[in-house]
Amino acid sequence: MRVRVQDAPFDLGAEANAFVARQQGAQAGAIVTFTGIVRDIAQGLDVMEIEHYPGMTERALAAIIDQAQQRWPLADAFVLHRYGRMHPDEAIMMVATAARHRKDAFEAAEFLMDYLKSRAPFWKKEHSAQSAAWVEARDEDETALNRWSR
Amino acid sequence: MIDVLYFAWVRERIGTPRETVETQAETVQALVDELRAREPRYAAAFQDLSALRVAVDQELTDFTAPLAGAREVAFFPPMTGG
Repeated sequence: MRVRVQDAPFDLGAEANAFVARQQGAQAGAIVTFTGIVRDIAQGLDVMEIEHYPGMTERALAAIIDQAQQRWPLADAFVLHRYGRMHPDEAIMMVATAARHRKDAFEAAEFLMDYLKSRAPFWKKEHSAQSAAWVEARDEDETALNRWSR
Repeated sequence: MIDVLYFAWVRERIGTPRETVETQAETVQALVDELRAREPRYAAAFQDLSALRVAVDQELTDFTAPLAGAREVAFFPPMTGG
């Protein structure tokens, strides 16, 4: 199970431990995890709502993991992404990578993050007491992808 | 007959998450032109195609993509995951 999309909160520690346990015997000397957390940037965020495209989301995430596995010698990779409503300081998503060496595990984790930010069908909407607004994609996110196209 | 899906502000502007459309459109662009001609809410949602992304049968593509054999087309703004 390399991809999970769910509305429920997740336990980062339990997920990370389960991922580590799955690598037994795989000679994975390096495991990297990244977790994204809801930030209250403008002071006043009540709820972050994430919409997604059921079906395409799972396919897009699996395709991004396939690309990462073609580029780096990974023992394993995992992406968990939530949708629905969440509050500041809650975890939105996590990625985990396992490889023989840490450089591959770090780079693959960054690649997964860069790609899923702008190539997996999720859309964030920020709700405050006064208003609600869709988060706009940033040019930097597109630029971040370009460094991988070599 | 093709299922057309809308997400995020495109969904809000058009007022429905999905609908089945009777069309002979051969490309995504031709489908967009048909939808635009229907009602102002479609014209508003499809006003600036550079602000939109499209997927055909759950694969990201572009507006020149052919629709032959396609079951599902989705329109949405640039994605903001992570």
